[in-house]
Amino acid sequence: MLTYLPDVVTLKLDETKCNACGLCVAVCPHGVLEIRERKARIVDRDQCIECGACAMNCAPGAITVRAGVGCATGILLAQLGKSGDCCCSPEQLAPAAPDSGRSAERDPGGKGCCG
Amino acid sequence: MESASKTPVSPTGSACCGGAPAASSCGCGAASAPARPVRRIPCVRASWTRGDRWGEIRVRWGIGRMRYTVEPGLYAIGDPTPVSPVFVSANYKLSFDHLRRGLAGIDGWILVLDTRGVNVWCAAGKGTFGTAELVKRIRETRLEEIVSHRELIVPQLGATGVAAHLVREASGFRVVYGPVRARDIAAFLAAGQRATPEMRRVRFRIADRLAVVPVELGQWGKYAVPVALVLGVLSGLRPGGWSSAALAGTGPRAAAFILSAWLTGAVLTPVLLPWLPGRPFTVKGAVLGALVAIGAIVLGGLPLQATPQRVDAAAWLLMLPAISGFVAMNYTGASTFTSLSGVKQEMRYAIPAVIIAAAVGLGLWVLARFLA
Repeated sequence: MLTYLPDVVTLKLDETKCNACGLCVAVCPHGVLEIRERKARIVDRDQCIECGACAMNCAPGAITVRAGVGCATGILLAQLGKSGDCCCSPEQLAPAAPDSGRSAERDPGGKGCCG
Repeated sequence: MESASKTPVSPTGSACCGGAPAASSCGCGAASAPARPVRRIPCVRASWTRGDRWGEIRVRWGIGRMRYTVEPGLYAIGDPTPVSPVFVSANYKLSFDHLRRGLAGIDGWILVLDTRGVNVWCAAGKGTFGTAELVKRIRETRLEEIVSHRELIVPQLGATGVAAHLVREASGFRVVYGPVRARDIAAFLAAGQRATPEMRRVRFRIADRLAVVPVELGQWGKYAVPVALVLGVLSGLRPGGWSSAALAGTGPRAAAFILSAWLTGAVLTPVLLPWLPGRPFTVKGAVLGALVAIGAIVLGGLPLQATPQRVDAAAWLLMLPAISGFVAMNYTGASTFTSLSGVKQEMRYAIPAVIIAAAVGLGLWVLARFLA
């Protein structure tokens, strides 16, 4: 399995707030979380890509992460004040805020490319 | 971005009752139930036409990708009834087409959100595939009049933009997260709306890595090809001016080195990604670039007797990895396992390293012209 840089992600879990609904486990595309003994646990932290899906769907707000997409092109374009033509384009970032979840704060630094 | 939704491609190349009253004989049965107001809900088929297949090829090569859209709204597939499931999708036609194909043999409704022509995952990251748009689209299509249940199957990768609890609060609809890939939907439904762990995982296998290569190739080709031409022509520079003999001797080689760097970063690195040393993409691309440079110098039998020839070789040993490393770094966005924090950390070291290697390499290359 491909793993990116170790010990770098901003994912945080406050187990005391967790109600074990399991939605975070369902939405995580990389198996970072598991429910053990009726609490969510981070079991594979370095697989986290900070997509923010878990935090977005955590009703009690137990999970926080500075969400964004790991895209060098998007970060470069944002720093140059330009926009691209794919998801790396930073132009649509911030306006999406009204419906963002309570704990997934979006980082306007960059966006991922289209698959 | 405004152009994204200007020229919607009709998803009904395969439509059976698009435009016709829903009471027609082709199967939008539910909408024509006597107690309901007659609504026009376009019907779509699961099968792809030649146009759909050609469309996928085009957008994979990055041609017209931001204009490949379908009209947001509600669609019927198969012969749905008020109890049939509702699937949510993006208005990027490729997302919509993959969902259609995954629904072969299934009767259901497709609720297409306005994501400005962007796929589900990327749009969810931007928030255009999000709670607000979903709730708005439920209201606009009066979904509660079409279906008797209150459940939506949202693609798992949409969860980055959708908060299930907030959707329920605002619309009364319960969000069920479906599998990552549309092709798993039948198995997901058959298992009582349960996804296996495998269905929940995003992979980055060779086919996934290659699918995004054409766009990367095009993106960097715009720079690599002109730079190769310019450096090729500048190879004729000599202390006394410009020598066509020198141009013929080293021009093609210079152009070939630049093009190799581009292909190494944009094609070879993605293909060999799991087996290349180092975690940062820049390192992977640069290592491969160095190997390609060494291989080209050794196998190509580059003359190394005179000082200018050695300086020239050293220049390529720096420039080729710098370029391939930089192109590889930009592949982070096309990959599915990088994080924003990680890429920022990588770039803190990679950007200065690439700039220094490229600048020193270029300096040596110019120096080699004047030593000759």
